[in-house]
Amino acid sequence: MMSLDTLWFQVAGTICNITCTHCFISCSPKNHSHEMLSLADVEIRLAEARELGVREYYFTGGEPFLNRDMIPILAATLRQGPATVLTNGMLLRREICRQLRELADGSEYSLDIRVSLDGFDAATHDAIRGAGVWERVMIGLRNLAEEGINPSITVTEAAEGIASSDGRARFLELIRSFGFDRPRLKVLPLFRIGAEASRTRAYADWERIETLSDADAGVLQCSTCRMVTSKGVYVCPILIDADDARMGNSIAETLRPFPLAHGACHTCWVTGMSCTT
Amino acid sequence: MHNVNRIALIGGIYSNYHALVATLADISCRGADATFFLGDLGAFGPHPDRVPALLIERGIGGIQGNYEESLASGSADCNCGYTDPRDNEYAQISYDYTSENTSGVYKRWMGTLPKEIRLEINGHRVLLSHGSPRRINEFLWRSTSPDPFLHRLGDEHGADVIVCTHTGLHWHKALGGKRHVVNAGVIGRPANDGRTNVWYTMLTIGAEASVEFIPVDYDHAALAAEMRAERLPEEFIQTIESGWWTTCLEALPPKERSAGRF
Repeated sequence: MMSLDTLWFQVAGTICNITCTHCFISCSPKNHSHEMLSLADVEIRLAEARELGVREYYFTGGEPFLNRDMIPILAATLRQGPATVLTNGMLLRREICRQLRELADGSEYSLDIRVSLDGFDAATHDAIRGAGVWERVMIGLRNLAEEGINPSITVTEAAEGIASSDGRARFLELIRSFGFDRPRLKVLPLFRIGAEASRTRAYADWERIETLSDADAGVLQCSTCRMVTSKGVYVCPILIDADDARMGNSIAETLRPFPLAHGACHTCWVTGMSCTT
Repeated sequence: MHNVNRIALIGGIYSNYHALVATLADISCRGADATFFLGDLGAFGPHPDRVPALLIERGIGGIQGNYEESLASGSADCNCGYTDPRDNEYAQISYDYTSENTSGVYKRWMGTLPKEIRLEINGHRVLLSHGSPRRINEFLWRSTSPDPFLHRLGDEHGADVIVCTHTGLHWHKALGGKRHVVNAGVIGRPANDGRTNVWYTMLTIGAEASVEFIPVDYDHAALAAEMRAERLPEEFIQTIESGWWTTCLEALPPKERSAGRF
């Protein structure tokens, strides 16, 4: 562990209003393996993070806006540092977007919203995320645009062709067509765990990091992040279903290197990915 | 340092030697006990040899930025720290032009520059860095650099006053006691505010530290004309002429991004 810069909160646990076929932690309306975090839960870790000099905070789930404390949680966080929320975009009602705008304007720190899409159109997106989801996300994006919030759109490589420069260019045009004249795009690799292991395939035995120097390990996100869930503090946002990835009860207990033994570690290494924006 | 309590700090110059000439004249006028540059002597602008020539001629000291580190080591890119392909595309155009037009003698000189400078001024430990005290290409934006994090950087690197540049936008936080963090801004391009002037920083340390950001007008039309003659991208020239950034924007956090036009 070189430096704890990024603290993640599994703020909605593994509870989601949809059941994506590629979800690496198999979130769904019924998956309670990690429960929602309360404002009090978050505040305890924010206090610890303040002492540790954490730089930025990320919120994910599940779907964060299912958490009824989400706005107060963001308000508490933005008093301390910058915050980013990862959402499927379905619950971005006008009132929520107005509150997000107010929070962003009222803080000296940045508030960023990331919305996930999984295809260039409703058919491909909904094949992964469920019937009718695209349409609801479009409404959420429109509400964000009306409040002048420019989200980062996150797309996994499940969207065919997205990894090519031509695919990226096409997707940027698509985002522009939603009403965002400064389109932002982040492409993420897939992790062959959770639901994704069934949709395509699980990791093969050879997909592991064999050896890595300390310097090389230092570029992996686990050297600068930890993840808080209802069950404790985990190494990173990806591995919360792995028992050995739970490193302690408090953040301070987890500030040590993590054995890079998982297939997901291999994906992070070969793709150079980070869950941060 | 003895008898020094007022230092002028020049952030990224980006080959904007017109702005450098104007800045040095302004510093002479106001008076400073010492002047330092903070790296990234080259980038968007034309004729990259002119900035190092002028700095050496005037005997001004400073530190490497990621540009100097890359140019001195023969690296294929600027190691600016961008993650978006759109930012990297323009960064590469800028770096390739700068590398092709920088003499070997200056590249070697860049390699001799320190990565940081430490000063002791009236009981304040001052640390001059490029990106941050820990990484040459780290972006310390105001809206993503919370106070506890800045205290950590100060504690871990033994500094009361941290000075940096790299982002292109100047800001200052007084964190209580002797601790200050100052992003000195840049004189290479405007501060994405629709004005053509650039900014340098005067740091004065007596019993307490104070920071003044100083706007500098310069002949930006002459710079733009020379950039056109060198066939540098029109987007770079538009920034010089309008004061709004047009490239390398994806690295900006939401708050800083929303303050600009593009």
